Amino acid sequence: MKRIALLGMPNTGKSTLFNRISGASARVGNWPGITVDLMSAKILIGGHIAELIDLPGIYDLHGFSEDEQVVRRFLSNNAVDLVIVLLNSSQIDRQLSLVLQIKKLNIPSVLALNMADEAKQSGITIDTESLAKAMHLPVLSISAKYGDGLPKALQAATQIINQNQTATDPKVISQLLQEDHQIEHEMEDLIQRHVQIPTTFTNNTTDKIDKILLHKWFGLPIFFVAMFILFQFIFTVGKPLQDGLAWALSLFRSGLLEPIFASSPAWFSGLMLDGVYNGVATVAAFVPIIVLFFLVMSMVEDSGYLSRAAFLMDSLMAKMGLDGRGFVMMLMGFGCNVPALMGTRIMRSRPMRLLTMLVIPLSLCSARLQVFIFIITALFTAKHAPLVLFTLYVMSFLTMFLTAILFQGQYKNTEPFILELPPYRFPTLRQIVLRGWHEVKHFLVRASKFIVIGVVMVWALTNFPSNVPAASAGTYAGQIGALFAPILDPLGINNQLAIALIFGFVAKEIVVGALAVIYGMQGDALMVHMATQIDWVQAMSFMLFTLIYTPCLSTIATLKSEAKSSAFMWLSIAWSLGLAWVVSFVFYQGARWLGY
Amino acid sequence: MQLLSQLKIGQNATITAIEADEYLFHRLSALGFRVGKPLSIIRRANFNGPLHVRLGTTDVILRDSEATRIRINAEI
Repeated sequence: MKRIALLGMPNTGKSTLFNRISGASARVGNWPGITVDLMSAKILIGGHIAELIDLPGIYDLHGFSEDEQVVRRFLSNNAVDLVIVLLNSSQIDRQLSLVLQIKKLNIPSVLALNMADEAKQSGITIDTESLAKAMHLPVLSISAKYGDGLPKALQAATQIINQNQTATDPKVISQLLQEDHQIEHEMEDLIQRHVQIPTTFTNNTTDKIDKILLHKWFGLPIFFVAMFILFQFIFTVGKPLQDGLAWALSLFRSGLLEPIFASSPAWFSGLMLDGVYNGVATVAAFVPIIVLFFLVMSMVEDSGYLSRAAFLMDSLMAKMGLDGRGFVMMLMGFGCNVPALMGTRIMRSRPMRLLTMLVIPLSLCSARLQVFIFIITALFTAKHAPLVLFTLYVMSFLTMFLTAILFQGQYKNTEPFILELPPYRFPTLRQIVLRGWHEVKHFLVRASKFIVIGVVMVWALTNFPSNVPAASAGTYAGQIGALFAPILDPLGINNQLAIALIFGFVAKEIVVGALAVIYGMQGDALMVHMATQIDWVQAMSFMLFTLIYTPCLSTIATLKSEAKSSAFMWLSIAWSLGLAWVVSFVFYQGARWLGY
Repeated sequence: MQLLSQLKIGQNATITAIEADEYLFHRLSALGFRVGKPLSIIRRANFNGPLHVRLGTTDVILRDSEATRIRINAEI
């Protein structure tokens, strides 16, 4: 099978192009020579099935960041038949270096110039035909966003693939990679001959928006208000959808599943209905909100606002030994901690990377969000709900800041802070949906695996030994709960909640499902029942603990592999557990002392 | 000749020298910081935060500590 790699600098629309070519078929895979997972997809090109690999966005094939090393190791361990290099047309004057570097490796390549419309608006004209002749490779203008010019580019790629050249031996490439060629002059020469760039350049729309969003005093408040409104939006739109789905799921149970299992043994129908179905259905009801969250987040990410957030937050982050990029990773962590941890690879300084990685697991990820939405809906009025959730987000930030401040002495930073500020781009609906779909698929695969295993275990623990009433103090779950009672009682966390917390260590996706199994109810009935079991102070204490303690096993595993240190992993676990206990203790005892 | 960090907001200048270690030099040059290139400062974040610099078609943000590595000739 032919192998095609997609390469480009950050912010050139590489993922957009990858998503457009691969549709929804992309998957994550391992590659020889690198420890990182890369996205790849099988595509049909000129009658062949080829594998398209999305390499990380890099500035320089000879650079020193981890992503740059990943690309080098990939190329020197895997034979590649074709590299599609994607550049941003308006920045061709500096980005051309990347394709020249690839050319020096003798890998067949196609140059795709993205965002031709933006370049045209700013008066840049590129003579693609003469540039192609001068560089001896196909050069094509495309729009990854709208798909213009894509068929031609793929046709050019097909021609190269069909020439059936034997791919350059990776060993040779690895040798070639060691030489740092001087391509400065070559690049300037090419630009001068084939590209016209006006001397003054302004993107008026972006400038106007920046005047407001990067305003000296209003910039930060606007940012936080914007985030608050987005969360408010997710809640308002998602809640009715969630209610509808929950209603349909319980109807499915009473109408179809209960009659089917009526004749099977009691333990089996218990396992299937009270265990698997209740657990999975309770979690499934949250899918609409998770989907909305990912759609909104991918929109914010693609718009270019996140690097503005880095600009606004950098001076504050510097005081905590982090930088603006760390703040962006923290925000990414609100989707899922795992990609955020992997995103820290752009940092070269190990101390700063470790400090950022210590902070990220404290960001309120979508799996925790699901637990909070459930508890908040059960115990707080609709009027208070957004406020409680917002408080939890604020707490998430506060614990992150506290951690960074306390540990910054241990992890001294030496890394320069330079970041590109891309113009604002409004992603198309297709872009948002495709990105969102990838994230959601990822989430569902991970969640469903954990949830089914998790809820079955919870069901077993709460139903055995079989001679005591289910979920009573005599079951294994009750015994485990009692074991932890001395530690968790001072936090107002009862035995049932303690079980949910223990399983939440594996994945937060399980927590709500576990509660459904522990109480033997689902949906509204479970919420009403929980409201009679615990008061709001206990609920808040439980949520604070859930927020701060270890997010999930995947995060732990990622943390260990990214930091390449078990000691660091244990430090992270111990710190988050300790902090969670202290915060919940102070809150619970404080609230009780105040008479709540 | 002065340092990029001393340039006033709105003022134009030309890069005359970059004094940085290999890593920083690579990164700067990949983003378009090269001797002879014109640039200007668009804004500066509060509390001595990063500078927002425009180089040709690229907007870049960087801290003071990096901006002191870049020598410039300011237009009068």
